[in-house]
Amino acid sequence: MAEPQGTNLDPWYSHYAQRTAGLSASEVRALFAVASRPEVVSLAGGMPYVSALPQDLVLSAAERTVREHGAVALQYGSGQGTPELREHILEVMALEGIRASVDDVVVTTGSQHALELMSKLFLDPGDVVIAEGPSYVTALTVFRSYQAEVVHTAMDAEGLVPEALRETIARVRAAGGRIKLLYTIPSFQNPMGVTLSWQRRMEVLEIARQNDILVLEDNPYGLLYFDQPPPQAMRSVEEQGVVYLGTFSKTLAPGLRVGWAVAPHAVREKLVLANEAAVLSPSSFAQTLISEYLGTADWRAQIDVFRGVYRERRDAMLSALGEQLPSLSWAVPDGGFYVWLRLPEHLDAKAMLPRAVKELVAYTPGTAFYADGGGRNAIRLSFCYPTPDFIREGIRRLATVINGELTLLSEFSQTGPLPLPLPAERPEGVLPPSVG
Amino acid sequence: MTVGPLRHVVVLAGGISHERDVSLRSGRRVADSLLEHGIEVELRDPDASLIGYLRNNRPDAVWPALHGASGEDGALRGLLEFLGIPFVGSRSEAARLAWDKPTAKTLVARAGVSTPRSITLPRDAFRELGADAVFDAIHDELPLPLVVKPAQGGSAQGVTIVDDAAGLPRAMVDAYTYSDVAIIEQRIAGTEIAVGIIDTGEGPVALPAVEIEPLSGVYSFEARYNAGETRFYTPARIADDVAARAASAALQAHTALGLRHISRVDMIIDGAGTPWFLEANVLPGLTETSLVPLALEAAGHDLGWIYSKLAEAAVAGD
Repeated sequence: MAEPQGTNLDPWYSHYAQRTAGLSASEVRALFAVASRPEVVSLAGGMPYVSALPQDLVLSAAERTVREHGAVALQYGSGQGTPELREHILEVMALEGIRASVDDVVVTTGSQHALELMSKLFLDPGDVVIAEGPSYVTALTVFRSYQAEVVHTAMDAEGLVPEALRETIARVRAAGGRIKLLYTIPSFQNPMGVTLSWQRRMEVLEIARQNDILVLEDNPYGLLYFDQPPPQAMRSVEEQGVVYLGTFSKTLAPGLRVGWAVAPHAVREKLVLANEAAVLSPSSFAQTLISEYLGTADWRAQIDVFRGVYRERRDAMLSALGEQLPSLSWAVPDGGFYVWLRLPEHLDAKAMLPRAVKELVAYTPGTAFYADGGGRNAIRLSFCYPTPDFIREGIRRLATVINGELTLLSEFSQTGPLPLPLPAERPEGVLPPSVG
Repeated sequence: MTVGPLRHVVVLAGGISHERDVSLRSGRRVADSLLEHGIEVELRDPDASLIGYLRNNRPDAVWPALHGASGEDGALRGLLEFLGIPFVGSRSEAARLAWDKPTAKTLVARAGVSTPRSITLPRDAFRELGADAVFDAIHDELPLPLVVKPAQGGSAQGVTIVDDAAGLPRAMVDAYTYSDVAIIEQRIAGTEIAVGIIDTGEGPVALPAVEIEPLSGVYSFEARYNAGETRFYTPARIADDVAARAASAALQAHTALGLRHISRVDMIIDGAGTPWFLEANVLPGLTETSLVPLALEAAGHDLGWIYSKLAEAAVAGD
C-alpha cells in the first residue's frame, strides 16, 4: 500500500515564490484582533484621527468630483497621476522647502505603494537596504518581500547617527554587501518619534553622496509638528540623490490611499512605468476629490487642527507616562504619532503583550520594527487615535501590566536576570494596516 | 433545503479573548455551513447588547464559536442555561471541568486513561516556597523534556517545550502571562493526534484520528494557523488496534468530563501504542485549518449537515 501523503491544507504551498516567506500570520497579529474591541484601549494603531476632519468638506469635494468631473474621475487616468493633483502636491511640499517640477511627481496608491515600486525598481535578492533601527514595520516587510537584507543603523535623540551610518556602510561593504538604498524617516520618525537635526541631514546626505547610495526619504509626519516645524526636507537641497515620499494619509485621510514620490528624472520615468504595470493608474476618483478639497478648503488650517488634536494627545500621553511609569525612559516627540518607550533590560515586550491584552490595553512590541530581532525591551505607543482620557486610562493599564510583569520576573530570577527567549526565527509577519 | 425545525440560529464569535481572531474564523465557517443548509443564521460578536438581544429575540439555538475564556470556561454557557436558550456544545459545568486542564487530567486519569506525569503550580507557590527550591524539586522528579502550559486557554498560546533546565523559569513566566496557574508536564515522545467527538443525539462517536506533523516540529500558533506549515494525516498513520485504543480513550475522556455534542481530545501515542491524554476542548477550532472539520470531511460528513444536526440536538435538549 502506498504511503499516505496527508495534506498540508494548501496544495500550492510548494509553488509560492521564495519572497513570500515572510507573509505569515503571527500570534502578535492575532492578538491585535482584540484591539479592535471598544473595551480595549489600543495604543498600537497608527490610525490618524480622521474624525477631526469635517465631513462636509469631504462631502462637498466628493459631490463636485462626481457632478463636475465625473467623466474624468470615474475613468482610468495617467500612470503618473493627474496634473491638477501634482500641481497641488507642489504647494504642499513647498511648506517643507521642496521645489520641484510638476513632472517630477508620481502619484501612488499611498506612499506605501511608492515603497513597493522603489523596491521593485532597485532591489535584487541579497541587496542591502540600510534603515534606521528601529524603522517603519511595513517598509521592512516590503524590503524583505524583495529578498533584500535590512541592516539597521543606530539612532539617538537627534535621529540617525551619522558616524554610526559611516560604520554601518563600511561594515556591510567589507562583508561584500551591495547597498542599494538608505531608508530614512527624518521627521518624527516611526516608531521613535525623534527628528533628524538639520546638521545631521546634511551629514547624512554627504555620506550618501560619498558612498553612492540613493536616499529614500519618507516624510508622512513632517507637517504634523507641535511647536516648531522640523528642519526642511532633505530633498529640498538634494535633487539627484534623494527619492522623496509624501502622503495625504496623515494630513487628510488614509482611506483615500493617495501618496506620491518625487524622484530624479530617470528614476521617475521608471516609477511611472512600474506604477502602470502594477495598477494602470492611481485612483482618478481619489485624486480628483483631493484636488477639489485642496482647491477649495482651507487645508492649511485643517492641518493646524490636526496638529492641535495630536499635540493634546501627546501631552496626555507624556503626562500619564510621567505619573504612572516615572522610572522608564522615552524620547519626547515634537510631532507625529508615536512615543518609543524603553522598558527595563530584561523585560520582553512581545511576551508581555498577552497580559496587556488581558488588561485591555494594546501596544506594538519593539521587535516589529527591527529586521534582526532587536527591540525586545521596547514598545511603540501611538497617541494619534484614542482620546486623551482613553490615553490616560491606557497608560494606567499599561503601568499595571509592566509592574505586574516586573514582579513576575523578580519571582523567577532570584539568582540573576532571566535570559530573554531566543529571537524569533522569523519576524512578526505582516501586521494589520491599522497597526503598521 | 431546510433541515429540521430550525429557523433562527445565532452564532457567537469574536469576544475579547486572546483567541478572538481564531473564533471569528470558526464562527464564519459555522455560519456559512448553516446558511448553505437553509438556516437563517446571525453572526454576533458578544457585547453589552447580547443578553438583551437574546432575551428579546429568543433564537432557536445559539452556536457558541467563542474560543478562550467566557466561550469555553462555562461562563457564557451558564448564562444561556439561565436564560433557557438552547445552545450547541457542553453544558457549563462540563465546560468548566474541561477548561481547567489540571482538573480535566485528574478526571480523565480516574476514568482509566493515561495522562503524562505533571505538576500543577499556581504562581503563588513559587512566591511562597522559593523559586529555586521548586525548580530543583521539579527537575529531580520530572525528566526533560517538559511541556509548560497555562492551566487554561488554547491555540498553544503560552506553551513552551523545555529541553534544557535553564529554560524552565522563562517558560513559567510565559505560561503565567496567560493564566495564574501553570502545568509542567512530562513530554511524551510519539505521534501527536487529535480525535474529534461528535454526538448528534445518538451517542458520542469518535471521528478518525488526525495526525499532526508540524514542519517546524512544534505545533505552535503559527503552525496551526498558516496553511501549509503542518501536514495532517487522516486517518493517522497508526495501526488499527492503536487507532481503536485512541478512539476509545477519547470517548472515555469525553464521557468522564460530561461533554456534549462536540469536543476534540488531544493525545500523544507513544512508541508502545499507548494513547496519552493531553487535553480536551469543548469548542474545537472550526476554521479552514482546524482538525475537527478535517476529520468530519475524512469521515464523509457534510459540515453544514453535522452543524445543523448539532443545533437540532441542542433544541431537543440531547
